[in-house]
Amino acid sequence: MAATTVTDATFDEVIGSADEAVIVDFWAEWCGPCKMIAPVLDEIAAEQAGKIKVVKLNVDENQDTARRFDVMSIPTLIVFKDGQPAKKMIGAKGKGALLEDLAEFL
Amino acid sequence: MSDVRDVIIIGSGPAGLTAAIYTARASLDPLIIEGEPSSTSDQPGGQLMLTTEVENFPGFPEGVMGPELMSNMREQALRFGADIRTEKVTRVDLSARPFGVWIGDPEAAEPTYRAKTVIVSTGAQSLMLDLPRETELIGHGLSTCATCDGFFFRDQEIAVVGGGDSAIEEATFLTKFASKVTIVHRRDELRASKIMQDRAFKNPKIEFLWDTTVEEYLFDEGPLGAKLRGLRVRNVKTGEDAELLAGGVFIAIGHRPNTDLFKGQLAMEDNGYLITGASGTEMESATDVDGVFACGDVQDHTYRQAITAAGSGCMAAIDAERWLEANDDIDQVRTETNW
Repeated sequence: MAATTVTDATFDEVIGSADEAVIVDFWAEWCGPCKMIAPVLDEIAAEQAGKIKVVKLNVDENQDTARRFDVMSIPTLIVFKDGQPAKKMIGAKGKGALLEDLAEFL
Repeated sequence: MSDVRDVIIIGSGPAGLTAAIYTARASLDPLIIEGEPSSTSDQPGGQLMLTTEVENFPGFPEGVMGPELMSNMREQALRFGADIRTEKVTRVDLSARPFGVWIGDPEAAEPTYRAKTVIVSTGAQSLMLDLPRETELIGHGLSTCATCDGFFFRDQEIAVVGGGDSAIEEATFLTKFASKVTIVHRRDELRASKIMQDRAFKNPKIEFLWDTTVEEYLFDEGPLGAKLRGLRVRNVKTGEDAELLAGGVFIAIGHRPNTDLFKGQLAMEDNGYLITGASGTEMESATDVDGVFACGDVQDHTYRQAITAAGSGCMAAIDAERWLEANDDIDQVRTETNW
């Protein structure tokens, strides 16, 4: 299943109701590196369905959530486990490096 | 054993992509190793991927966005058949021809690619202050890219460290978001161009801390890592320290060339810049290794403009083509290359 969208309004519900780990992809339209990792995250979401879920949050439209988790640079990926932020990854990287970072959740 | 290419180009900023266009049009079937996605200048497209408006590249009276300019150059190279791989070089062996280039494991016995000539266009990256915890603080309040991260510091006070064009450009851009921008510079005058200086002095949101160095990052520890809250700065004339609180800090103190891959293999200055054109062969881009050429910021600490990088990329391509011809390494006999 490809990445779904989350907003300030739906954030807590989506994170709270997930059984698997959730990667929140903080991105924006003007962020080149964000667009480069988007297809990679889609692939990971499809390959690891059930273990991990990817949701995207547009920081332009959802500044509250971005501020809440101290997002100061994008792309930022925060992995949530059991409703809590467990790991923060900043910056774009290739698929191999991303999978290494996510190993503990897969 | 991999096929031996005529040309491998390492790096894909204006220098590398211009060399790609020219070598592709010369039917040299170039292989370009463009880099891997990242949020630093070490990515396909190079340093211009981190800028917004490029106003001084000739041909664009309204300016052009950095990423758009690079995307166009890339497309132009592809149009002429350039073979562009989104990979990152981890090792090179320039001790003998054909030259070896590794992707992935640098300890692998055999190189991934081989070539008769190599064009080095790996560019440069931002210099950092090398203070404790610096790497961790990137993205947590510390940044080297105003256009990337300025958005997150709306209505906050920001510090920019540096005194050249980049620092002024970053500071000016940041006034779009920040309530106040303080430029921290270790001397009492800027090295930025006049026009940039004037813009900064006229901007009511920009303040200057002259004769000031950064001694330490001030940060708070949180559950997801450290978070920057300011700087401990020192006035170099009085020797006094002070705390500068800032929601965000942007470093713009200069660049260093990406030449780690070539240490011990190519002649370079003390500051790491590759030495080119010294061998008296009339090839401006020739390094001290026969068949290896360099272009762009990796060999230029004087001009460092997109247009000079592009120009030098063209020169490297022509030098490589002439070198191949002189060394009888081109299969087809050609009377004159139609560039």
